[in-house]
Amino acid sequence: MKADPKGVLTGAHYLDGDHACCEGALAAGCRFAAGYPITPSTEVVERIAARFPRIGGMFIQMEDEIASSIAILGAAWGGLKAMTVTSGPGFSLMMEHIGLAAMTETPCVIVNVQRGGPSTGLPTLPGQADMLQAKYGSHGDYEIVAVCPNSPQEAFDLTIHAFNLSEKYRVPALVMLDECVGHMTERVIIPAADQIEVYPRRFTTKKSGEYLPFLANHDMVPDMIKAGDGYRVHITGLTHNEKGYPAMNWQAQEKLIRRLVNKIRLHADEIVRYEETDVDGAEVVVISYGISSRVALRGMELARQKGARVGLHRLVVAWPFPEKRVTELARRVKALVVVEMNYGQMVREVERAVKGACPVVLCGHGGGNVHDPKDIAEAILAARFARRPSEAFAGVEV
Amino acid sequence: MADEPKRLKDPKKEKYRGVVFVEPDRCKGCAFCVEFCPFGALALSAEFNGKGYHPPVLAYPDQCNGCDLCGLYCPDFAIFALRYHNPEYVGKPTPAKAEAVKEVAT
Amino acid sequence: MSTDIPLTKPETGENPVNPFLRMDRMPSIWCPGCGIGTTVNCFARAVSQCGLNLDKIVVVSGIGCTGRVAGYLNLDSFHTTHGRPIPFATGLKLANPELKVIVYSGDGDLIAIGGNHFIHAARRNIDIVVVCINNFTYGMTGGQVTPTTPSPAVASTTPYGAFEHPFNLPHLADSCGATYVARWTSYHVRQVAKSMREALNKRGFSFIEIISPCPTLYARRNRLGDGLDAMKYYAEKSVLKNGADTREVGIAYQGEIIIGKFVDRERPTFIEAYNERHAAALGPKFTPYPTGFGPQNGGGKPAPAEG
Repeated sequence: MKADPKGVLTGAHYLDGDHACCEGALAAGCRFAAGYPITPSTEVVERIAARFPRIGGMFIQMEDEIASSIAILGAAWGGLKAMTVTSGPGFSLMMEHIGLAAMTETPCVIVNVQRGGPSTGLPTLPGQADMLQAKYGSHGDYEIVAVCPNSPQEAFDLTIHAFNLSEKYRVPALVMLDECVGHMTERVIIPAADQIEVYPRRFTTKKSGEYLPFLANHDMVPDMIKAGDGYRVHITGLTHNEKGYPAMNWQAQEKLIRRLVNKIRLHADEIVRYEETDVDGAEVVVISYGISSRVALRGMELARQKGARVGLHRLVVAWPFPEKRVTELARRVKALVVVEMNYGQMVREVERAVKGACPVVLCGHGGGNVHDPKDIAEAILAARFARRPSEAFAGVEV
Repeated sequence: MADEPKRLKDPKKEKYRGVVFVEPDRCKGCAFCVEFCPFGALALSAEFNGKGYHPPVLAYPDQCNGCDLCGLYCPDFAIFALRYHNPEYVGKPTPAKAEAVKEVAT
Repeated sequence: MSTDIPLTKPETGENPVNPFLRMDRMPSIWCPGCGIGTTVNCFARAVSQCGLNLDKIVVVSGIGCTGRVAGYLNLDSFHTTHGRPIPFATGLKLANPELKVIVYSGDGDLIAIGGNHFIHAARRNIDIVVVCINNFTYGMTGGQVTPTTPSPAVASTTPYGAFEHPFNLPHLADSCGATYVARWTSYHVRQVAKSMREALNKRGFSFIEIISPCPTLYARRNRLGDGLDAMKYYAEKSVLKNGADTREVGIAYQGEIIIGKFVDRERPTFIEAYNERHAAALGPKFTPYPTGFGPQNGGGKPAPAEG
């Protein structure tokens, strides 16, 4: 269905990533937000606090990120599309509720404007070291989806996409920004509302006695309801059966968890999204995401000046990871170079997908600044002659 | 199992009587109902339920006026009382009735 | 409660609490003599007397023995994470203010791990009812000390006796701005039902503390008898002081329990304050956010004269 025009700020704007993210949420139909100030994400909720009251949404600054991350789940069960925003330290606090959202299949969006970590780290400087935490941060087996904008325009577009994914698969969707994209101001085109596709929440059409809250459809996703509609559902974070009642046995666990993970894994082909540049005939392909992918383009340019044939595979959806495509690429290239602002996170997924078919070189660093394109160029040039299956460049051990 | 009821009531003076229904398999034998019945009408039976607890019974039916305090106290929703009009009620006249009697007399 | 009293003795009957329960999940997991079920009876009584639309009532609980209440009630119910029913309830209420949201949880869940959320929701005057079953212990995990355990009670993590100064919950709620604060015990069933009814009809953050037995852990470890002995202690040692100064209602170990309705005041709820501020700043550009007030919410039937 089309976006509600009330929330769509149609026009050409000059916005930073944080602000564009807020506008994306509004365009997607988000009408509840809870948040807590944390650099470099604070601007998102500041804009939300200014915009939401004017369009009938509700924003509440909660007392901490733990409260924010569960308030959005309450709001989702109250019938609204809901979002919270944070950065590293707050992201860590939200882990339990990402698990609760996954377990109760509550649609919600969590934005992490990544900064230098670990711990308090570098609040005002970029990082990309929360990528594995995005997938594995909560306890137990579960799946989430995560998108990686590399520009304010993508911060707008992919926030809408995150909402759509979370509604379609009833799963928490993460928007993994970084401080650079968050605080970078660029042109953002917001189209007319009828140009924006918004996935509506799939409410059940069944009557109260017939509806089972966790009985999945053929797509492994159950229909949803909202509290107050007379369905008298019980929703719990305990392992539960299709009725929603706690079921404390391994059979129920197996049945439920298998569906929760397969819900995403078996739909990975539909969810995966990447952008490739000059990959045909490349001897080295760079795999990157977020701000690093833009710096990588410059590094690739420099490498080409020295004769390298290099392409870029940019992750737009980071989780689920595009395993099949990376496995394919690995067979066609001399090496893959993973450019990320950390000491080795998505590179592990790349290595897993590559299964030793070609060397994988990590061009990473501790964060706090974007890569020096010269380092990326050198990594690309050296990768052409890489021998070992996995290598780290510039003294970074994987 | 129980002693004499706590407050012997004259059944004729009670406007209402009560009957108690017990779901023995829900009872856990906590004895709140027995203890807090204002008239001591209940007692734990000598029977066992499936889990080995002694569910309550209405030991002194005449004493029950259906107040349902047992039902309100029961943590396991195993007992409740229903009230009905006491056919033997010979209570005090209501004020309206007293006025009518007075009028007739004068 | 039916107002039609039959003339003849009924042969069969339906427990008036049945419509409120998930019968397919009985019997409950609560121990014999646990007082939680008693409070649920009072809650069912209060809800039916309020005449509220059951479809619009939502119960949110945390983790613990009291947290299991959500699973037994035949209402929309949410069993959330430990300590976090209040922020969940906040999101739920703000998303759909028409809902009557009740948080039903235990002392450890609401006041220890959930303490921060408790004080902020009270401060903000979020329009929810918080029922805190205080049994002075973390029952589900085997009887550890909580912030309300009086000294020198023995608990599994204070094997030599608790030594910390416990919270005085009504005072905590009062000082944070709760608009309705009451404390009762599981013994005081009629007052509990009445108090719940008042809270259900009241706008703002209502807090009801109910002292309740934990026979298996708190009572057994401290050799205080069983559930019935605890109830007799409540009956004996409770002192009714409506309107008492909450600073003075702390509970000493096996000491006097001051019960009553301590606070009943009015102040703008979160949404009312939100609307007022935004209307002042934005004028006609601002459409007030729905408060949800109406017959189902804060405007319900007044409590009948008889309890």
